[in-house]
Amino acid sequence: MIVALVILLSLIIDMAMTGMPRISSHFFTSFPSRFPERAGILSAWVGSFCVVLVTALMAIPLGIASGIYLEEYAPKNIFTKIIEINILNLAGIPSITFGLMALGIFVYRFGLGQTIITAGMTLGLLVLPIIIVTTREAIRTIPSHIREASYSLGATKWQTIWNHILPYSSGGIMTGVVIALSRAIGETAPLITVGALTFIAFLPTAPVSDIAPYLSMKWLTDPYTVMPIQMFNWVSRPQEEFHINAAAAGLVLLTMTLLLNAVAIYIRYRFRKKYKW
Amino acid sequence: MNRKAEVKNLNFSYSHSALVLKSVSLPIFENKITALIGPSGCGKTTLLRCFNRMHDLYGNVKYDGSILLLPDQVNILSTDIDPIEVRMKIGMVFQKPNPFPKSIYENIAYGLRIRGIKKKSYIDEKVEDSLKMAGLWQEVSDRLHTGANSLSGGQQQRLCIARALATEPDILLLDEPTSALDPISTAHIEELVASLKKKVTILMVTHNLHQAARTADYTAFMYLGELIEFGESSQIFTNPKEQKTENYITGRFG
Repeated sequence: MIVALVILLSLIIDMAMTGMPRISSHFFTSFPSRFPERAGILSAWVGSFCVVLVTALMAIPLGIASGIYLEEYAPKNIFTKIIEINILNLAGIPSITFGLMALGIFVYRFGLGQTIITAGMTLGLLVLPIIIVTTREAIRTIPSHIREASYSLGATKWQTIWNHILPYSSGGIMTGVVIALSRAIGETAPLITVGALTFIAFLPTAPVSDIAPYLSMKWLTDPYTVMPIQMFNWVSRPQEEFHINAAAAGLVLLTMTLLLNAVAIYIRYRFRKKYKW
Repeated sequence: MNRKAEVKNLNFSYSHSALVLKSVSLPIFENKITALIGPSGCGKTTLLRCFNRMHDLYGNVKYDGSILLLPDQVNILSTDIDPIEVRMKIGMVFQKPNPFPKSIYENIAYGLRIRGIKKKSYIDEKVEDSLKMAGLWQEVSDRLHTGANSLSGGQQQRLCIARALATEPDILLLDEPTSALDPISTAHIEELVASLKKKVTILMVTHNLHQAARTADYTAFMYLGELIEFGESSQIFTNPKEQKTENYITGRFG
């Protein structure tokens, strides 16, 4: 255990020391380039942001709704039991399997191509089980005497869920959502299978413009790259200097993930204090 | 004496297992306190929870017989009756104080809000009235918007009583309302319950025989799912007709 931590820590420190000199505002605002010192992660972090946004829009409502359904509405029979076990299994299968499935369904069957929406939906499916499982666990921690209090006043099932169960379990649910999204940010393998590009020197179409109809959804169908793929691309180049870029991108990615996890811990702490039984 | 409700030949069981209540019949008198006593597992809480169809929350249950709500003669156990309708008319206070983790004000307002009442002045007034009825107004009037969890156990239980009263129920069910409280809070609640019977009919489950003797007008003794004896508390506790009742209240078993 300690050996593993020491090795991990030394790797992180090594990466930080290598990458640190490259981190500057220029690094965040530049496109990749064949000159290592000019290359940046602009298209990668914008891509990551867009993809995770689609992931969130897809996985959060669906995941929370599924969690509520399974916990509160679904009859307890062999069929729902099978679904439950499968959701738990889905949370554990290799992510590249999701990539292959998405390649078959989203890219070929639906013809969505190698686009942001494909990537977002792929990662959405990947993190959906995490959100479902944490939602169910959060709901289950609400003691039955609180539900009974609501029902005894004449509340309907939906009123009880909406006014009590969801607000009191929102800390746990939000923690699960943040953990799920931080997993999505770091995921590489399924995006390689659905065709993230490794060299992108332009941004997706802006969602707002000054010509009618002002709002555009075209960015959803633009090609993209994401942080871990940009990093993978730099690492695989022969020039030493690109490895510095890779370390710097890794440092940014790691910081983002750690920050998101810190947010999750903070949310859980806040809600633990707010709702005591 | 007016009857508020009438239990007739009530049999109750969970799905297909043995009967938990066996042919129970008893009247509930208006503006009186009726206590249900008996050893653990005798079905007194089960009977109480039939009155607001609480069992329906946990799936497969079977009611047989009736609980008629008077004067309308509505059988609240009938499958045509929505349990939510029943709970709108019959309030309940539980063994353990269970305020919502919201403000004191919101706890009491909730019952009104789900009945579609939005007018703030009316809700304010109701909150104040119910807290006064529950004897809690003086203690909390300056901090209505602080969390209900900051109250002591006894105060929380009075808050739960106020919450149940705010919607003006026909019958108030109390499920061992003092079992989780200290003696001083218990005395408060007993006084409160005695004062409430002017406004509402009360049906109370209690483990504490002295409490039943002190507060209840009528007492029903139950044993193994059957109603053994029902009568005025003074008669039950001084001159029981049944041998089992006498054995129980004199402490020979239970």
